Amino acid sequence: MLASGINILFEGQNMARLMSGLAVTIKIALIAVVLSLIFGVIFGIIMTSKNLIVKAVCRFYLEAIRIIPILVWLFLFYFGLTRAMGIHLEGEFISIVVFTMWGTAEMGDIVRGAVTSMPKHQTESGLSLGLTKMQIYRYILVPQTVRRVLPGAINLATRMVKTTSLVVIIGVVEVLKVGQQIIEGGILNTPAAPLWVYGFIFFLYFILCYPISIVAKRLEAKWQS
Amino acid sequence: MDWLFIERNIPLYIEATKLTLGIGALGVVLSVMIGFLCSMVRYYRVPVLNRVVGIYIELSRNTPLLIQLFFLYYGLPKIGIKLNAFVIAVIGLTFLGASYMSEAFRGGLEAVNKIQEESGLSIGLTKPQLMRYIILPQALAIAMPSVGANVIFLLKETSVFSAIALADLMFVAKDLIGMYYKTNEALFMLVVAYLIILLPISVIFSVLERKARYAGFGN
Repeated sequence: MLASGINILFEGQNMARLMSGLAVTIKIALIAVVLSLIFGVIFGIIMTSKNLIVKAVCRFYLEAIRIIPILVWLFLFYFGLTRAMGIHLEGEFISIVVFTMWGTAEMGDIVRGAVTSMPKHQTESGLSLGLTKMQIYRYILVPQTVRRVLPGAINLATRMVKTTSLVVIIGVVEVLKVGQQIIEGGILNTPAAPLWVYGFIFFLYFILCYPISIVAKRLEAKWQS
Repeated sequence: MDWLFIERNIPLYIEATKLTLGIGALGVVLSVMIGFLCSMVRYYRVPVLNRVVGIYIELSRNTPLLIQLFFLYYGLPKIGIKLNAFVIAVIGLTFLGASYMSEAFRGGLEAVNKIQEESGLSIGLTKPQLMRYIILPQALAIAMPSVGANVIFLLKETSVFSAIALADLMFVAKDLIGMYYKTNEALFMLVVAYLIILLPISVIFSVLERKARYAGFGN
């Protein structure tokens, strides 16, 4: 009876529904990751500023995002912001905003670390060779910074994919919610449904994240020097 | 902001904070212990176990805690394993945390210079002595910042336990919003409660990190 529970995954439209739920998960993660990469690079460069006020503001933003759990941020925006502004915002939109804020902060810190760890003599050697400022960025600084940023950025991406599982709590219909619906629909005929459905979603997340973290690990090993 | 409402509901938050801290502390301690064992298994490349630990680490690091909890809480009873929510929460947090801790310790162990090991052996230390007096003190100092980051990460992850019906901070906040529609007050207290838990820990670890830096040798 237990093994037959696996059938619930293939009954009717169930598999297609799970996949469309997964698509929502991937969509949120993808948009948030891309936006975080763009804003994160900008934020990281701003963070390298020597202006004390700019530095303090950036630091505050980063620490505030880091110290408060993402789920709390989701609640703050989903319940707090909509209440304060008197409008209803979709959970999906809210989650993209929150994940982008978080990703921007984390990505910014990675970029800042990479930029500030670049030895000064790299720029100076470039200048003494007679390169222009643009050329120094194009051929010397950016390629080296990218190497230092990329493994961390990819790790961040897997973390963001994993964290998208939280959006179910603010009412977004993604893979986990679809899973719950399927379980509720089939629990009478298949009591073992939760085991199989949640097990399957567990597996889905794994095959989503594992390749990305392998890439990060490879890059790290290859560029470590 | 309705301060009276806040004052009246502080006891609820205190109870929830205790629960969050209880699960968090148990989870962190177990994670550190199991994580340390796992890192030892990987360091000495214990046959078979090394493989098992490797698979466990990949599984746990590449799946979200929420899904792990759902699987444990709703799935396992179907094959006759019934545990209460508190135990599930601790097991879930440990399952997630031990792999992160193991990676942190492994990073520390691998960063210890090979010369240290060889010098130790050449002055006649036994393998356990080498580990106890030479490698571990240095490895732990190096691993300290990542262990600290993991502790904070794990405490933040406790926020998902409301999903398996534990009356933690998120649960209380959601309840108050649902019952009284006091959104601002409930969210305000939620943030304050998390700050009270996490800020001191964050400060403690940054102090420890600065101290541990002195322990570095040869670099």
